[in-house]
Amino acid sequence: MHMNRREFLQLLAVAAASGMALDSKSALAGIAPANFYDVPRHGNVSFLHFTDCHAQLLPVWFREPNVNLGVGSAVGKVPHIVGRDLLKTYGIKPGSAEAHAFSYLDFTEAAKVYGKVGGFAHLKTLVDRMRAQRPGALLLDGGDTWQGSATSLWTNAQDMVDACIKLGVNVMTPHWESTFGAERVMEIVNKDFKNANVDFVAQNVVTNDFGDQVFKPYVIKEQNGVKIAVIGQAFPYTPIANPRWMVPDWSFGIRDDNMQKWVDDARTNGAQVVVVLSHNGMDVDLKMASRVTGIDAIFGGHTHDGVPQPVQVKNAKGITLVTNAGSNSKFLGVMDFEVKGKRVVSYKYRLLPVFSNLLPADKDMDAFIKTVRAPYEAKLNETLAITDDFLYRRGNFNGTWDQVIVDALMEVKGADAAFSPGFRWGTTLLPGDPITMERLMDQTAITYPQTTLNEMTGATIKTIMEDVCDNLFNDDPYYQQGGDMVRVGGIEYTVNPNKKIGERITDMMLKGKPVEADKVYKVAGWAPVGEGVQGEPVWDVVASYLRDKKTIKGVKLNTPKIVGIGKNNPGIADYDGSYS
Amino acid sequence: MNAFRRNVLKGAAGAGTVAVAVAAGLLKPTQALAGAPRSAFEAKNVGDAMKSMGVSAPADSKDITIKAPDIAENGAVVPVEITSGIAGTTAIALIAEKNATPLVADFDLSGGTQGFVSTRIKMGQTALIRAVVTAGGKSYTAAKEVKVTIGGCGG
Repeated sequence: MHMNRREFLQLLAVAAASGMALDSKSALAGIAPANFYDVPRHGNVSFLHFTDCHAQLLPVWFREPNVNLGVGSAVGKVPHIVGRDLLKTYGIKPGSAEAHAFSYLDFTEAAKVYGKVGGFAHLKTLVDRMRAQRPGALLLDGGDTWQGSATSLWTNAQDMVDACIKLGVNVMTPHWESTFGAERVMEIVNKDFKNANVDFVAQNVVTNDFGDQVFKPYVIKEQNGVKIAVIGQAFPYTPIANPRWMVPDWSFGIRDDNMQKWVDDARTNGAQVVVVLSHNGMDVDLKMASRVTGIDAIFGGHTHDGVPQPVQVKNAKGITLVTNAGSNSKFLGVMDFEVKGKRVVSYKYRLLPVFSNLLPADKDMDAFIKTVRAPYEAKLNETLAITDDFLYRRGNFNGTWDQVIVDALMEVKGADAAFSPGFRWGTTLLPGDPITMERLMDQTAITYPQTTLNEMTGATIKTIMEDVCDNLFNDDPYYQQGGDMVRVGGIEYTVNPNKKIGERITDMMLKGKPVEADKVYKVAGWAPVGEGVQGEPVWDVVASYLRDKKTIKGVKLNTPKIVGIGKNNPGIADYDGSYS
Repeated sequence: MNAFRRNVLKGAAGAGTVAVAVAAGLLKPTQALAGAPRSAFEAKNVGDAMKSMGVSAPADSKDITIKAPDIAENGAVVPVEITSGIAGTTAIALIAEKNATPLVADFDLSGGTQGFVSTRIKMGQTALIRAVVTAGGKSYTAAKEVKVTIGGCGG
């Protein structure tokens, strides 16, 4: 956005006036107001954005984190604000429907009042409602759409491809999509998406050999006579965080110099509005917005941050808005731009929670989902155990669901310790819920599910933990990969996020004894990124553990002691361990 | 993608191999490049390598641009491009500071050649990639960190 200071202040005023229409009267026991989804159109160019749905076609529970620490210049800033501080930042009333959507607070009680979130049939109803008021609005899919459920894994992503076409997606960019392999991605892009007129864009994916673009870097569309460009930004570290061998010929990276080139190219080609559909993660997007000029908005994902309003980032030539739209089809971002004199002059943004109780299921989508699931229903619905505990994953260091997984790995494999990747996807279960095969697959459905048992020295274990911790807490966002800390079973430790690599992890203890650098330990894990690794799929290991236990209760969450972050850090609250 | 160009090159693999091998750092640099003396390529640390090259205390320069990934996708082949905007650039040396033998390459750019080199290097661990540019008999330098990570565990 190109504007002077006066124009910027005017824009701020509009944004403030158009803040979320929060109903201050609704209490926890109450129902969301009848006008919850009344969002009159502002201006003449609109984008609808969802991201990181992780293949959840049906409504689910999804708890937001109580630990989401920022480091460096991001300490205490959006998106590193949780719970009550987050509600305060955005003026959200505690106990309201929004408070439930955007925070972990009173999750189990509030979940019973407000019901499940997401589901493509309900999302479809909301998308159609927003589109009815915004003819020509573009629906953007930020990626991590094809992976995360049993049915997407078992149908080789076809269920999600068909569902997204039915939903009316216009433009998409990838991350986990690549774990179905380069060939499968190209098949979908060149057949299904081509036939349905869905654009798959990624400016930062090029061939290893010549640096040729693998996908279209951007696409130009028109809305109400205004030319707009949507540039794609795939997850930059796909071949590092996920198996390299699945996309052997593609190179990724942030490539913000090329981003600038494509923005300028789009403007030269007449685009009056330039937006980026990004899977960078919010901290990377914020940095990129400060370096690249000429972008009106970055619609972000990857880090699963449900951010109610965009962050306005200043750069050399203007302001770029940065959003992040959460995960699990829990939210739909609605961005309205007023374009006058060939440029954006004001905006209104809402990140609408998708409450399945408030949005009737779209009949056609509902029927489609039933058809997709039919051959698998018996397998999906097998009850493996009942949980008496509240099971969730999301959080910087650990979640109760991950604790169950590392407990299972250690018990079944006879290991001293276990690692489980710091994935941010995975649904939530309330106390008393059955743990079905489907819910277990929500935590584990990947194309490289092998479990491993390795002998590692204490020094190697520390190196791995330091390496992953640096991917999370490097103070330069461009070196962050956007996952959470590896979940560690069996080893207690202290972490100082603000130190450098090699110095963050201390006081590693196993069964009350210090982990010795030269001693060899048996360590279980899963999701190997190397090629050709053999091992029983993690869901089989955990399923046999759950069937054996029958009831999950008293899960002992292994949370590290956190130091160096301060007592009043808004990125942490209600933590199970100690922090200072 | 230019499939035609790729196929043509595949067909010419016999001729292309030597160039690729040099670019990938598979040959010892001394076999292909002759800028710095052999002792510089065999030096075990940055200081000794610079000394052997006859470089001491090069000045930091903003006119040198190093283009390399922030995090390497494959430590065995890290693409690095160095551009020197310093007038009269006659040599560009490339150092991976934590490699066992840090001096990776030294390119002689004589006769008004543009100050630009592009290659692929091998890195064992996270380190600074350093460029040392010679121009007008003086030395200049710039560095960029490239992280080599174990991988896995992403979002």
